[in-house]
Amino acid sequence: MSKRIGIEVSLAVAETVGLCDVDVVAAYPITPQTHIVEHLSELVADGHLDAEFVPVESEHSAMSACIGSSASGGRTFTSTCSQGYALMSELCYIASALRLPIVMAVANRALSAPINIWNDHSDLMYARDTGWIQLISENGQEAVDMTILAFRIGEDKRVSLPVQVNLDGFTMSHVIEPLTIPDAKEIREFLPPFNPVLRLDPASPVSMGGVGLPEIYTECRKAQDEALRASKPVIQEIFDDFARQFGRHYKLVETYRTEDADTIIVALGSIAQTAMTAIDAMRTRGRKVGIAHIRVFRPFPAAELVEAIGGAKNLVLLDRSTAFAGGEVSGPVALEIKCALFDKGLAPKVGNFLVGLGGRDVTDQNFEEMVERVASAKNGDLPAYEFINVRE
Amino acid sequence: MAKETGIQRWKELNPGMAVTCPGNAAELKTGDWRSMRPETDCEKCIKCGQCYILCPDMVYSKNEDGYYVQNYYWCKGCGICARECPVDAIRMVQEVD
Repeated sequence: MSKRIGIEVSLAVAETVGLCDVDVVAAYPITPQTHIVEHLSELVADGHLDAEFVPVESEHSAMSACIGSSASGGRTFTSTCSQGYALMSELCYIASALRLPIVMAVANRALSAPINIWNDHSDLMYARDTGWIQLISENGQEAVDMTILAFRIGEDKRVSLPVQVNLDGFTMSHVIEPLTIPDAKEIREFLPPFNPVLRLDPASPVSMGGVGLPEIYTECRKAQDEALRASKPVIQEIFDDFARQFGRHYKLVETYRTEDADTIIVALGSIAQTAMTAIDAMRTRGRKVGIAHIRVFRPFPAAELVEAIGGAKNLVLLDRSTAFAGGEVSGPVALEIKCALFDKGLAPKVGNFLVGLGGRDVTDQNFEEMVERVASAKNGDLPAYEFINVRE
Repeated sequence: MAKETGIQRWKELNPGMAVTCPGNAAELKTGDWRSMRPETDCEKCIKCGQCYILCPDMVYSKNEDGYYVQNYYWCKGCGICARECPVDAIRMVQEVD
């Protein structure tokens, strides 16, 4: 039976990884991901989880160990964020190119400098071009559900790709929430044993990670790109399957009060929940506002997003990282959305705001300011992006 | 699955580009970019086999007369054979086209 309990989200994620019957966890602790890894090591040490816990000396080694583990057919988990992610990143490209369904929880945190351990989406955006599937959770329940889904999606033979589960550092990782953790039997019914397409096996030898000369490199990249493209419908299919079993239904793009909205906010992660509160307040004053939350950032659900927001006159696009592009193009999230709209010939009024950097709170009031700023601006007056909550 | 010659179409690649056929490098022509090729003067050759042993690829094999002959399919023209031949029987010759 599923149990509903109050638990810190990090511990809930770790418990869920354990219930998913993971074989290998190789990870290095880094704030604010630490509790996830710490709790998994406890579960293994106390005999509650029959898995190999590899206390590696760095994130680079963590992902290296995960690649070996997954290549030999083990269900594999790791977790990191920020600088740790940056250190392991070269291996992340390899994990996806080798089509290894490693699952990694990222407790999203800002990148240095200055050193900052608090939440934003610098690491999420840093990871976007690595060929991993990126799932994003808004609250603790979603972090638990996305963890189960990540194993199922990644290990699906039609996908066979690594999956990131993003949860906001501190804002989610260190918060105690009431949430439902399915039991092991329910998870087993949803998540069959890992049966890889190919694996390192002395009985049937294969080589992984060979050289790709100019004669073959393009074909390898094309094949990998096709794999990520092909994963999109499978992800939604598995979301639907999850809903049938657990009753919680997810979509590639989630929406709230967008049906009649002339102004739509697009956000990723936990601030979407703050936005909903702000939207309810604005609605009582007659402002027709809604929000679209991007659940899956890679593969990017452009068609679903355009369907959700394409009818809006005003868009408030939020970026929680700084992309240093010189000021004349938008932040990474807004850039994707503008491209998706352009491809459909849509040109609503767009404001792109850099908010919630390095743990800065984003308040209801901020949402109202951003909505008003776009609504009252003349078309063409808005810059490519602007910082919100910055002392001039 | 198509032969793993290194020139497949993308749809023919194994997932993750895995190589499932060991030793398939023999099928990949790697000798198409040399500028010099080794030639053996059988008048001088003492059939010691140093060229066969020291060639980093699979260029040399013994013929029925006991001489070591080149298969240029893999030869990159590195010149190790010519450098190491104890009787200077191997000469590096410029590739003209």
